[in-house]
Amino acid sequence: MDNNMKKRWISLYVENQVGVLSKISGLFSGKSYNLDSLTVGTTEDPTVSRMTIATVSDDETFEQIKKQLNRMVEVIKVIDFTDIFVRMKEILYVKVFKCTPADKVEVFQIAETFKAKVIDYGRDSVLVEFVQTATKNDAVVKLMKEEFKTIEVVRGGSVGIESISMMER
Amino acid sequence: MRQITGNKLLVRALKEEGVDTIFGYPGACTIDISDELYKQNDIRVILPRHEQALVHEADAYARTTGKVGVCLVTSGPGATNLVTGLATANYDSVPLVCFTGQVARHLIGNDAFQEVDIVGITRSITKYGVTVRRREDLGRIIKEAFYIARTGRPGPVLIDLPKDVMGELGSAEYPKTVNIRGYKPNTSVHMGQLKRAIKMLKKAERPLFLAGGGVNIARANSVFTEVVDKTNVPVVTTIMGRGAIPTNHPLFIGNLGMHGAYAANMAVSECDLLFSIGTRFNDRITGKLHAFAPKAQIVHIDIDTASISRNIHVDVPIVADALEAVTKMNEYVEPCETEEWMKQIKQWKEEHPLTMKNRAQMGPKDIIDEMNRQFDDAIIVADVGQHQMFVAQYAEITEKKQLIMSGGLGTMGYGFPGAIGAKLGNPDKTVIAVSGDGGMQMNIQEFATAVLEELPLILCVFNNEYLGMVRQWQKLFYGKRYGMTNLRAGALYRRTNGEQMPEYTPDFVKLAESYGAKGIRVTKKEEIAAAFEAAKKNEKVPTLIEFIIDPEELVYPMVKPDGTLEDMIMDC
Repeated sequence: MDNNMKKRWISLYVENQVGVLSKISGLFSGKSYNLDSLTVGTTEDPTVSRMTIATVSDDETFEQIKKQLNRMVEVIKVIDFTDIFVRMKEILYVKVFKCTPADKVEVFQIAETFKAKVIDYGRDSVLVEFVQTATKNDAVVKLMKEEFKTIEVVRGGSVGIESISMMER
Repeated sequence: MRQITGNKLLVRALKEEGVDTIFGYPGACTIDISDELYKQNDIRVILPRHEQALVHEADAYARTTGKVGVCLVTSGPGATNLVTGLATANYDSVPLVCFTGQVARHLIGNDAFQEVDIVGITRSITKYGVTVRRREDLGRIIKEAFYIARTGRPGPVLIDLPKDVMGELGSAEYPKTVNIRGYKPNTSVHMGQLKRAIKMLKKAERPLFLAGGGVNIARANSVFTEVVDKTNVPVVTTIMGRGAIPTNHPLFIGNLGMHGAYAANMAVSECDLLFSIGTRFNDRITGKLHAFAPKAQIVHIDIDTASISRNIHVDVPIVADALEAVTKMNEYVEPCETEEWMKQIKQWKEEHPLTMKNRAQMGPKDIIDEMNRQFDDAIIVADVGQHQMFVAQYAEITEKKQLIMSGGLGTMGYGFPGAIGAKLGNPDKTVIAVSGDGGMQMNIQEFATAVLEELPLILCVFNNEYLGMVRQWQKLFYGKRYGMTNLRAGALYRRTNGEQMPEYTPDFVKLAESYGAKGIRVTKKEEIAAAFEAAKKNEKVPTLIEFIIDPEELVYPMVKPDGTLEDMIMDC
């Protein structure tokens, strides 16, 4: 059943109630589905929350995940982001420690290349903020790990919304 | 506007929902509800002797009446004792609404006396669960709970009631309608898909119906039987689907699965169209997945989208209530050419009929055969284990009979309380429980409930002094090392090598009598009929019939664990 194992995204409208996050994450752990990232926040309607879920799964498991989510009473709507145009970004903070002057120059160059912002700066450390797709953030994390000895990474998880025009991610 | 407490609104809601029986066990957090129930006479309150038995009783009540079973237990241990029963009901799609007491809101999270997060504990084994945090939500939540429990694929719903919310005054109104934006169960049939499936049925050379528990839950049995009659297509059932068509019907082959009939498993393996309704293709019925129905295209009708194409790849998926689907089928189906196919099935039946070796000693089949002879209007409640498989294989389930059991979760201890719930819901039917000496002792305290409610149950205990089903695996696959399955084991057994044992542990007959029930011990074939006759005469008390069975009696055929359906052990 290893066919087409890949990362996929789902967007969920759920009731903004106590326990709903636990129920959704419990489904993933209880049924051994991979949960790569999950973000949640309220929407324009305070009774509704919206989640963006990333999961690594094969075709069959992904179908099951969608069905299992759909049958939950607290889930209002499931949107599969696989085949639709969406805007999707993740925030990533990378703090680089023990920077030499040369390191700092490199951090700035990386930030410029990736259109990231250096948002804080100390004697021997730099904090960079990336807002881009999770895949690009993966690449950044890999690169920064290779380039610098000590880094600290915090990722926000993807948030996504359907495009208005036919935009790529 | 008149204001009432939450406790009063709850009782009012139960009446509006048409609840006539509630299974309850009291405690500090629900004492006010007990008080409100005491003040009225419309709802009968049953007091079981343990909350696990309580939820099984409500479960069997629901399975045998089609109504929603209702439980009321207190917070903490009262609530946690529901867990096994909730999971049992969840696996077998039984509609329950369970009210649990909860400590007052300001105490939640304080590790207060008898406080547990029961909604959290049961999240994965209920269809829905919620704590009522505001008095104004109470009516709506109860209304939604009953709706969610009984619609779509039915299941248990848990409502947690903090004591202070229930004491608060609020609206006396109980809502008339439900609107849950995230829950819109679909029951209607997609006619295009159904017609496609019917066409395939007509074209197939070796078509086969597979009926699961969904057919029984939807009460689709008689219409389904009409469809079978019209099409001449043979039928296999899961154990939960037994009775989907009368088991004495000429087109009924038998159960499939781990302990299915040889002909039934062969038919599944050889059919070219498997038309399945209301089953989830559990591992106990499929055997090795890749070799399940290898030659067949598969049609699957189920109310639960998530059950379709989960274990088995399905060619034609149809999401629908079984009764609606079968009713529509009944309009469109035509006779199929199945003569050759039936000949083949008949041959399999003759090669390996479902039977047990005829020994001089009394065997399980002798008992069930007699049961078939004496009762044609009855509910049979099986516990879990070898006896359950014997009942699933040999009990004739005809129009006026129903078989219930814990099929999905396999909960030992279901049988006895199940019989109590079934009888309370069906006072005019004979209710027979079949249990083992293991399962019977898991809820033996319910004798008190059964005796005091004057329930003339017939409680059959197949006593072989072992936990027989596990022993069977030990005998066949573990070199006869009977670890943990000997119900007589202990210091005395070890000291005397099993030679100086009390005659019975327990003495079921005396045990029954100590509660005021009747007890009969049967050791020989010739005594079976008389024992049932005697039990029938006890109109106000339960009768326990203990059958002393040889532990060497095994359930055959048996598909080897991880084997394919064709790979059956016929006997050893």
